[in-house]
Amino acid sequence: MTVGQLAIANGDDASISALALDRWLAAGAGERVALTFVGPDLRTDPWTWHRLAAEAERFASMFAAAGIGKGDGIFTLLGRVPALYLTALAAWRRRAVFSSLFASFGPQPIATRLHRGHACALVTTADLYRRKIAAIRDSLPALRDVFLIDGEAAGCQSLASALAAVEGAPPAVAAAADAETPAFVHFTSGTTGAPKGAVHVHGAATAMAESARLVLGYAPAAKVWCTADPGWITGVAYGLIAPLVTGASAIIDEGDFEIGRWYQLIARHRVESWYTSPTALRMLMRGGVELPRQYDLSSLRIVASVGEPLNPEVVRWGEAAFGLSIRDTWWQTETGSILIANGWNETVVPGALGYPLPGIDAAIVERLPSGAVAEIVAPTDIGELAIRRPWPGMFRGFLDDPERTAQAFAGDWYLTGDLARRDAAGRFRFVGRADDIISSAGHRIGPFEVESALMEHPSVAEAGVVGVPDPLIGERVKAFVVLKPGYEGTPELERGLLALARRRLGPTLAPREITFMPALPKTRSGKILRRVLKCRELGLPEGDLSTLETAEPG
Amino acid sequence: MTATDDRLRSVILDTLKAVAPDGDVENLDPGRSFHDQLDIDSVDFLNFAMALERRLGVRVAEVDYPRLSSLDGCLAYLTPRITAIDGPPPAN
Repeated sequence: MTVGQLAIANGDDASISALALDRWLAAGAGERVALTFVGPDLRTDPWTWHRLAAEAERFASMFAAAGIGKGDGIFTLLGRVPALYLTALAAWRRRAVFSSLFASFGPQPIATRLHRGHACALVTTADLYRRKIAAIRDSLPALRDVFLIDGEAAGCQSLASALAAVEGAPPAVAAAADAETPAFVHFTSGTTGAPKGAVHVHGAATAMAESARLVLGYAPAAKVWCTADPGWITGVAYGLIAPLVTGASAIIDEGDFEIGRWYQLIARHRVESWYTSPTALRMLMRGGVELPRQYDLSSLRIVASVGEPLNPEVVRWGEAAFGLSIRDTWWQTETGSILIANGWNETVVPGALGYPLPGIDAAIVERLPSGAVAEIVAPTDIGELAIRRPWPGMFRGFLDDPERTAQAFAGDWYLTGDLARRDAAGRFRFVGRADDIISSAGHRIGPFEVESALMEHPSVAEAGVVGVPDPLIGERVKAFVVLKPGYEGTPELERGLLALARRRLGPTLAPREITFMPALPKTRSGKILRRVLKCRELGLPEGDLSTLETAEPG
Repeated sequence: MTATDDRLRSVILDTLKAVAPDGDVENLDPGRSFHDQLDIDSVDFLNFAMALERRLGVRVAEVDYPRLSSLDGCLAYLTPRITAIDGPPPAN
């Protein structure tokens, strides 16, 4: 029986805030360090459970005073600073629904997500507000309260003043939550349409904690560093919830990726469990094996990776650099926690995803014309990776979108959209995507969102966006653009289009290159054939999609 | 300022402009980091550093990348390391 189930059985509070904070205070662990923030200047700021709980309570009082409670959307647009994590914990105390957005997003993806997520409160900085929110604020009437952690702006409150105003307020914790109460929403992209908000419940915390114990070695007082920004579900699940629920001591780096800085952090904080991404590992790999050997990395026990397939070369480099085999893990925003991982029950096999975790039933399936799916039992045959429902961390649906929620399932199977196969030993191996989703530096990018931004330029008649292989970031976003009559595809226009896309979308989602074309390949019904664009780009036969799939790593 | 300084500066800014065409590259504060003044992410920065290496024929150790994070930093780090600036002249 898990901790969460125990709490329910006892009729107690099954909320994430109870599991992450109150339980440790009750156990007398209040003075242990829960989170250590590392500032851009490497200055460290340790937060004990006691301090964390007290400050989260103040944030909860502030939200309570603003009338924000159960089911309301509380968003952050912040870097990895304490206010982000306190907002999350306070939201869960209020039984509100938390969502964190990447600070690198541009105004357009921010507006879409605030709108679709019914945001009524936002915590951000004065600079981000001025640059990204002020111009879209009028389009978001539901967004009542904006709290700025620094500075001032019209239509916003200072977080410090709002906190001071509730000093001495009675406890703001809401009535006990059950495990099925919605806790947070993370947005994920589909091939078509706006991003989907995957709803997760408080009960998902137990799945995050148990998978973290099993795969990542999280344990009381273990020093853990999950490098993912909370804009990714990984940063919330394994950077905040799982450490606090398992009692681990987590490092949170406010600074940006720098090779020397990262090794220094591991050495200085004696990090034992390090969970990061293939893109970061490939960037580190550029520094060779000599650089890591200049640092004392002897504290490391587990290095794990998530977000895109981990190439075998990186695993081999990791063995030379750290003396450890990097564990690949597979999961998605929708799955809520790690479901398949390499190295938890056997020695790491480079290039494989590994085996499902206990209690997870995964299979390779093919979609039948009837809409049902059939399991592929022959080993090594490629099909779609599917997970039998339910499992504890499973998303409970896409917000306000029963249609796309239904499309994600066929009978008992959740369809992941990932193509995979099993090897002779039954391990899962990633092959590619079954759809047009782009995987770039760990971001799952929907082509529709990018194409829509490009279409705003007066010169653009049509746009098709695909991911092209990139040795560092997996795939690079590339746009193929058809211009309206009277426009010429000059380098200046290309720069203008790239600039527009970056201003609207931010650097993370914007294309990094554009090719002008006289026409785009389409189906008879007029749908852009992005796969054909991709095949042409890669010099592959256009009809041979299987060649395309097997060309990808894994 | 020497002619080489001038040329190096325009190569740096041109390279930056290619990575972040949305940024106001002409009006950068040379002492502050690009990151503070432009909307660039870590992938952009890496692309910038690698493009500079290619364009100037200089090998920058990965651990030294942070020294390229501002215009002044780039000039201080690159000036003693370049022998000649080749590659195409700046577009603007």
